[in-house]
Amino acid sequence: MPSKHFEIVKNPIDINAIIQKVEDRNAGAITTFIGTVRELTGDKRTIYLEYQAYKPMAEKMLEQVGQEIGEKWSGTHVAITHRIGSLNISDIAVVIAVSSPHRKPAYQANEYAIERIKQIVPIWKKEQWEDGAAWIGDQLENVPYPTGKPEINGGDQDD
Amino acid sequence: MIKVLLFAQLQEEAKTDVIEIDFQEGTVAELKNMLQSQFKLSQLSESMIAINEAYALEQDMVRNGDTVAIIPPVSGG
Repeated sequence: MPSKHFEIVKNPIDINAIIQKVEDRNAGAITTFIGTVRELTGDKRTIYLEYQAYKPMAEKMLEQVGQEIGEKWSGTHVAITHRIGSLNISDIAVVIAVSSPHRKPAYQANEYAIERIKQIVPIWKKEQWEDGAAWIGDQLENVPYPTGKPEINGGDQDD
Repeated sequence: MIKVLLFAQLQEEAKTDVIEIDFQEGTVAELKNMLQSQFKLSQLSESMIAINEAYALEQDMVRNGDTVAIIPPVSGG
């Protein structure tokens, strides 16, 4: 059975397994992004995070991110796994691996992937603090959807 | 009937992750108005709607048998 390149999982993520999915004889670079759970956000101390996903759609949207990357940077391979459930400080929430013949597209495509995840992939996180909890709508502190909707057809990310 | 899936804060407010409602055919905007008046969900105006796992626009049609998800602003990563 071919390995799933775009996946939502409940268990800890094996980074090497994600890297292996993008290995390629023509690759000259593999970049990985490892998103981890941060303790301090400003002066707020997080105790743990709870991630929730609309799993079937989230996997489809991760796949769409992969397709967008394939169109923007030819010769790249992408694998993304996002974990859901209860995560402690320093746990890995997401791993993105991108291989490419050259390093620059591998870096660029990897950054594009995490930005798109934050825009279009239906995954939510609830921060549990010492003195309360809240579902975070937009951790970048931007207006959630400035145009009233997410850019679902691959916005231009050059800015 | 259509199934309406709720997530994150909306799910906690409604105390359920799915609502089944009688809705034969109408636009996303019409469905949102109906949900707003019946269930008083917060965040509805800032949420996206997905029909059968694909993002939909206000004028898209929702039909009997569809699964509709209310997608509040996402925060993965």
